[in-house]
This record gives sequence, C-alpha cells and structure tokens, in this order.
Amino acid sequence: MPLDATIDPATHKFALVGTRPLRPDGIDKVTGRARFGADASAPGMLVGKILRSPHAHARIRAIDTSKAAKLPGVKAIVTRADFKEGDPGLRDVLHNVMARDKALYDGHAVAAVAATSAAVARKALKLIRVDYEILPHVTDVDEAMKPGAPVLHADMITANVEPAPKKASNIASRCEFGHGDPEIGFKQADLVIARSFKTEATHQGYIEPHACLASVGSDGQGELWVCTQGHYMVRNQCASLLGMDVSKLRVTASEIGGGFGGKTTVFIEPVALALSRKAGRPVKLVMSREEVFRASGPTSSASMDVKIGVTKDGRITAGTAEIRFQGGAFAGSPVEFGAMSAFACYDLEHVKTVGYDVVTNRPKQAAYRAPGAPMVAFAVESVLDELAKKIGMDPIELRLKNAAKEGTRSSYGPKYKRIGLIECLEAARRHPHYKAPLGPNQGRGIAAGFWFNFGGQTCVSLNVNVDGTVALAVGTPDIGGSRASMCLIAAEELGIGYEQVRAIVADTSSLGYNDISEGSRVTFSTGLAVIQAARDATAKLCARAAKTWGIAPDAVVWEKGYAKPASPNAGSFAPLSLADIAKTAGSTGGPIAGHCEVNAEGAGVSFAVHMTDAEVDRETGRVEIKRYTVVQDAGKAIHPSYVEGQYQGGAAQGIGWAINEEYVYGRDGRLQNPGFLDYRIPVASDLPMIDTVIVETPNPGHPYGVRGVGETSIVPPLAAVANAVSAAAGVRLSELPMAPPRVLAAIDAAASRRS
Amino acid sequence: MGEMMSKVKVSTTINGDPVEYLCDAEETLLDVLRDHLGLTGAKEGCGTGDCGACSVVVDGRVVCSCLVLGAEAEGRKVTTVEGLATGDRLHPLQQKFLEFAALQCGVCTPGFLVAAKALLDRNPDPTETEIRFGLAGNLCRCTGYDKIVRAVQAAAAEMRKG
Ligand code: FES
Ligand code: FES
Repeated sequence: MPLDATIDPATHKFALVGTRPLRPDGIDKVTGRARFGADASAPGMLVGKILRSPHAHARIRAIDTSKAAKLPGVKAIVTRADFKEGDPGLRDVLHNVMARDKALYDGHAVAAVAATSAAVARKALKLIRVDYEILPHVTDVDEAMKPGAPVLHADMITANVEPAPKKASNIASRCEFGHGDPEIGFKQADLVIARSFKTEATHQGYIEPHACLASVGSDGQGELWVCTQGHYMVRNQCASLLGMDVSKLRVTASEIGGGFGGKTTVFIEPVALALSRKAGRPVKLVMSREEVFRASGPTSSASMDVKIGVTKDGRITAGTAEIRFQGGAFAGSPVEFGAMSAFACYDLEHVKTVGYDVVTNRPKQAAYRAPGAPMVAFAVESVLDELAKKIGMDPIELRLKNAAKEGTRSSYGPKYKRIGLIECLEAARRHPHYKAPLGPNQGRGIAAGFWFNFGGQTCVSLNVNVDGTVALAVGTPDIGGSRASMCLIAAEELGIGYEQVRAIVADTSSLGYNDISEGSRVTFSTGLAVIQAARDATAKLCARAAKTWGIAPDAVVWEKGYAKPASPNAGSFAPLSLADIAKTAGSTGGPIAGHCEVNAEGAGVSFAVHMTDAEVDRETGRVEIKRYTVVQDAGKAIHPSYVEGQYQGGAAQGIGWAINEEYVYGRDGRLQNPGFLDYRIPVASDLPMIDTVIVETPNPGHPYGVRGVGETSIVPPLAAVANAVSAAAGVRLSELPMAPPRVLAAIDAAASRRS
Repeated sequence: MGEMMSKVKVSTTINGDPVEYLCDAEETLLDVLRDHLGLTGAKEGCGTGDCGACSVVVDGRVVCSCLVLGAEAEGRKVTTVEGLATGDRLHPLQQKFLEFAALQCGVCTPGFLVAAKALLDRNPDPTETEIRFGLAGNLCRCTGYDKIVRAVQAAAAEMRKG
C-alpha cells in the first residue's frame, strides 16, 4: 500500500499520529495487574519440568523413567516418543524441543515430567536415568569448520557448493552476494585494509523467562497461554508436533516480558501440551533463568574477514567480507542476513560477501534484533574507521561520500527506493555531540547501520460499538507499545479520540493468521492493516449515512469523523458522526465492522547512525560509556516516545554486547555463566542518558511513510563503541566483548610493540 | 523429613492487610506471593537475586523476594507493587512511568517501582547518579534506562512539591 498521494509527510498535519498519549496497557503494567506468561493458573494445574543434558555432545543410549513414574504426585512423563515425527519443515524444531538419539548441547531437553508440585517434579527429574555415551564436542565456529572436527550431524552436506562435498561436515551451507569485481576495485584503491574480527554469542536477555500454561482435554481440544512473539506460529508448530488439527488448538498470547527475537520459536510449548495431554490436567511450564541461558536464545558467534579499498579522496573502490557464523546445534544461523547487510549502507561498484552457516555443540541460535547484522557492521564499520583515520578524513564525511541513496543498487541486489541514510549522517554531523570536547582517555566512535525490515501476513478486525467507541483486534503480540500506536492509527483514520479505541491482541481462534511480531514489522504491517480496516469501516459508515439520507453511497465522504455529502449536488444533510451512525446501526443494516487481510509488502529499509564517547581506564582496561547519541530514520514516527524507546533499548543492548556480554564455554563444552550474575547485562549505573534523533524520510511503501524501527538500533552500537574504545585506547580492538582483560591486553601489546 | 513436609504457618501484613498463610519451609516469599496469594505483580526473572524483578519492601527495606523465605515474613510488613496505588489514585512514580514511557514490555516495571519508591523514601532529591546506582539492582532489557531515570526524577520533583 503506497504512500498516500494526499499526504505529504513533510507538511501533512496528522491529528493524532506523532503525539504521545499514555499507552492503553499502561495502568495494568504499573499496578501489577498485567498478566505475563507465568502469571496464569488453572484449577488442577500441574507443574512441568524438563530434564536437560549436562553434556555438550552425547549419544542417548536409553532413558529409564520407571522410577520417576512411581513417585507419588508424578502425573505424566514425556520423551521424544510422545511427539509426532515427520513434518520436514519442523524436523530441527522437534530435535531442539526434545532430543532423540543424541544430545547436541549442554541444556538440550531429553525428558519432561508433570507433577503436583515443583518439589515433586524436581525430585522426579533426579529419578530419570539417562544412559549417555559422551562424544567429542566443538563450540567454536572456526574449530567446527576444520577437517577432523567432531561432526554433529552425519547427514550434513554443505549446501550451495559445487560440486557437493562427499563428506559430512559442520558447514550447513554457503551463501554469496554482491556485484562487480572486487579485484578490479582493489587495484583502483590507494589504500586497502584487511582485518579479521570475532564476536561472541550473546543472549537476548529478556527479563521474562519462557512460560506457558497448557491444557488439553480428552476430546483433543487444547488451550495454550504463552508469552511469545507469535502465537499463530506457536499454534501451527505445536499442532503439527502433537498431531492435532490446527483448529483444535487455541493459543492466547500473554503479555510478553521482552523477546527481541528470542520468542519467535517453540521450546517448552509442545512439551507442556504433551504433558497435559498425557496427564489430562493443565500443566504450567516455566523456564528457570539458567534454562533460558542454556537452552533458548542466544545469537550466533561470528568470525569475519573484511577487506576494503579506498582512494585518497575517500571513495570506496571495493569491499569484500567472508563471514562465518555458528548458530548452535542446527542449521539456520542468520549468516545470510549478515552477508546481505554487510555493505548495505554503501553505494559500491565492486562488492562481494560470502557466508558460512556452521553448527556447533551450543543451543540453537534464535533471532536477536536485526539478526546477523550487528556483528558484520562491527567488522565493516571498524575497517572504515581505520581507513578514515589513515587517509585523514572525517569518518562521517567518508560515509557521506559513499552513502547509499535512492536508486543505489544495494550490495544484496535490489535498488533502493527512497531511503534516509544521508539524512541520518547529516543529522549526526550537525548534532552538538559531534563537536563536544573529549576528556582525557576518551575517544569518540561513530558507525552506521542498516536493516531490511519486514511486512508479512497480517489480519485485523475493527468493530464499531453502539456507543461510538471502537474495538480493535490485532494478531501481533505487543512487544513494545504497539497497542498504543494501533489505537492512534485507527483513531486518526476514523476521526475519533484515541481513548475511544481499545486494542487487544486476539487469540488464534478469533482472527485470521498473523505472522510473528518480528522483523520490525508490527507498526508497519499491522499499522497498514489497521488503516485498511478503518477505511473499510468508514466506507460502510458512509453507506449507512447514504441509506439514512436516501442518496447513493458514493455521494458520501468520510471527513474528520463525520459522514458528509460529497458535494452540494448530493444534497444538504447535517453531517453524521461515527457515534450517530453506530447508534442506529441495528436499524440500518446491522453491525458495522472493518476488516483487513493482507500480505504486507513495501516495508522500507532503515538506517541509523550512532555516536558514542568511551573512556578507557588504562590501568584496569575498564570501559565506560560517557555519552551516546542515536540518529535513526523512522519514516514516520507514530508514537515518538516508543520510537525513542526502541532506539535507546537497541543501543543499550548493543553496548552490552560490545563491552560485557558473552557466552563462556568451559573445556567440557558446558556453559559457564548461565545467570545474570556472570552474564552481566548493562544496569542503570553502566549507562549514560541515550540521546535520540528521529529522522523522518517517508517510506514510499506505506500510506503514512512508516518504516520499522525496532531492529536497526542494535546494528551500529558494536562498531560505534569499538571505534570509540579503539580511539581512547590508541589500539584497534577487533574482538568482542571489550571486557577489561581484553582491553588491557590490547593496550599492553600496543605498548610493547612501540617500545 | 518424609514425602509430606509439614507446613509453616505465617501471620504477616501485606499492603496494609493482615494475611495468614501456610507455606512449605523451602518456599520463597516470591512463591508465596505469586502462587498462594495471587499477587503476581512481583516477577521471577532469575530466582537468584540478580534482576530485581521480584523486589518487594519488607519493613522499609527493598529485598529480592526470591531470596527471602515465605516463613521469614512472619510478623513483618510487606509492600508489593499492588500496594503502591491508593484506590484508583496512582502513586506519582506509577504516573510518571506512564507519562515518560518508562516501560516497554513492563515486566521489570513492578520491581523498578518498588525499588524507586524505597529510594525516594530514603532520598527525596536524588541526583541522576544516585538514581542510577540506587536502581542498579534492577535489570531492564528494553528501555536502556533513560526514560526510567527521567520518570524517577520527575516523580521525585512532584513528591517534593507534596
Ligand atoms: S527474581 Fe529475584 S532477583 Fe531476579
Ligand atoms: S520494560 Fe522490558 S525489561 Fe524493562
């Protein structure tokens, strides 16, 4: 749905879009009334718990549950045999939900129990005997690619390689993107820099652990309450894994305590349903924090080589990258997104990126905010920073000289429509932060970032109530305040007050299929669907007015909340408000509702530029972030406070990734830090205020010009912080996280090189 | 101890009301609040004292209720997020959290509100740094803390006006 011809986003005066009303779910969330995943209960409810492999890689010879089954209070035990095999699309999902012949990582589920109390369930887990044959393991991406590495899957033949390899390996697939001939480009360069980079896996770190409440009756009908970013996905996958009809399973999305991509797959949900079906009672299953770290999330770790050439006057002549992501025990790391996005900010004649998707004995990676892009941006933007320094050019100037714009052929193929990277770079350069003086041991870093954004399948329903209020049902879980934005959009279209619209996230039986809340798609595509549903409703409202007035429906228009005759020729009638028409709906044709079912296309890509000042303690290697500014293109900000919130939250997560967070594996292949004490995410005292600038370069693919905003904000911070720390430390940091020992070692190494 | 553990009987005050309950000796105050008393405002983000989502006030001190036994509440005064508002009147912190959009997902919010109230009770005019350190025991993964700090500053200013 293209940008409205009638709306010039630069000058158009929206009545409500762009204002900052209180969110409709706010009171519930500040009073403790909001119900999250673990907050539900049901009569007769049992407690479910999962037994997990303590080994990184082990053959499961046998599982003996007989002792556990005899424990009083144990009502059901499930293993892999309790799930339906055979759906090829869900093969790995099922393997991850419950191991079969092999446990592939520390934390891999092998069995589960439901019991009358948590204490009994815990005791039962201890009584289950699993006979493991421990196998050699591998957790590092580069190690896993070496010939002779322990192979996880005997049938894994690298895809997209000609000729196909004869032997199985841990390399699931290869991908390649780009155009031109980098060899020609590098010859045209005055300076070429090639560097290697590594990043560790980080966890999405949502504060709410995965939780669900499942209930399956002996008639095979099921209910599931769950914190998820996509309850339709949960329904479809669970139904398949349990051999149920999709219609028999109703899934309700609870309030969700953070997801960031990590709640876009099933983990415990099929297990809870299987337990409930076997026990004939409701089962609540909640992950502990340790389970969250060991068995859900994290993102990929990466190993990358980047090479970029520039001329003396700052024109990039070529860029190449080879990136290797391990995505845990199953194929599917976001290496393609990484390879596609690596050079997406720039207008390049010669560019090539190659990616390898690699499996290791770690939990299956899950999407994490702009999956794949932040690590690759770290590598590319670090090299650009170094190039700018070496040719003596301002880093923003270097990026402006090469910035992608409308018409640029992107490094991953398509030509860009209207985009806002140049606007972001210029806004960053104008920002007072960019000129502010730095203190001792401080450095400033800037970096740009790109994300695709997504549209997808969406269905909404908008019901006009008898008193002129409106009930809006959407099918995308609200992960960042989207109900507020949807109410704003509906009210804007209908010409009524924001408070007159109430938005709910409907369950899977009440609305057609909706894709997951992911890909920064909700404000874009659910918003687009709300606009269409509202316009569907106003058309019907106009028809009712026409009927009342006895004129043709097309002689009536909807304007600022009123049905009016389209022109004086149509007759002279006093305008009818939405409430007027709603009141008499029963006698003019029955209920009035607007609907929209759409596979939304036209999601506009978005860009951000971050800058930050870091201070390095040269004695300890500790990094402190002194100042941070986010500049990002939102297309059109519907509720600016929540747009800013996305910018700030992404920046904070990126800062954590850059300086602190990492999965630490021991030699035994076990995760060493599965808790918030040792996996330390930023706290309030670690961060400064995070300044934001909302740039609005309208997306030509949306009536109001909206672009997704949720993910781009985590793309630049790894690089921005690394550039700042490198400037402050006087040495280039090329591995994350930049924890004190690593920074100190780099400073010492640089000092000994100098002496 | 056999299969059946004997329950502990506890008399306490929660959000101003006298409350009696039976709990297992090893159950935490958080378990009791959430599973026995239906007060699900406090959340379990970690169960190990590292996230603050379970923060409640016991006799004037903020504690992680996941680290306190249910039995330890005997004779004490417990305040949870459910006790912050007076009838339909929100506490200034609750109001400012809404106005400043200091929550995204909101799962950390009860813990922050409880911790921030205790902070302001102690120090009605904290600096930004004091707020940041005062709330350093509470994790928020969504907001980057900017809007939370601003909301607490605004609530403090309003409360000082009285
Ligand atoms: S649940 Fe108590 S501190 Fe995290
Ligand atoms: S608002 Fe989501 S964790 Fe704080």
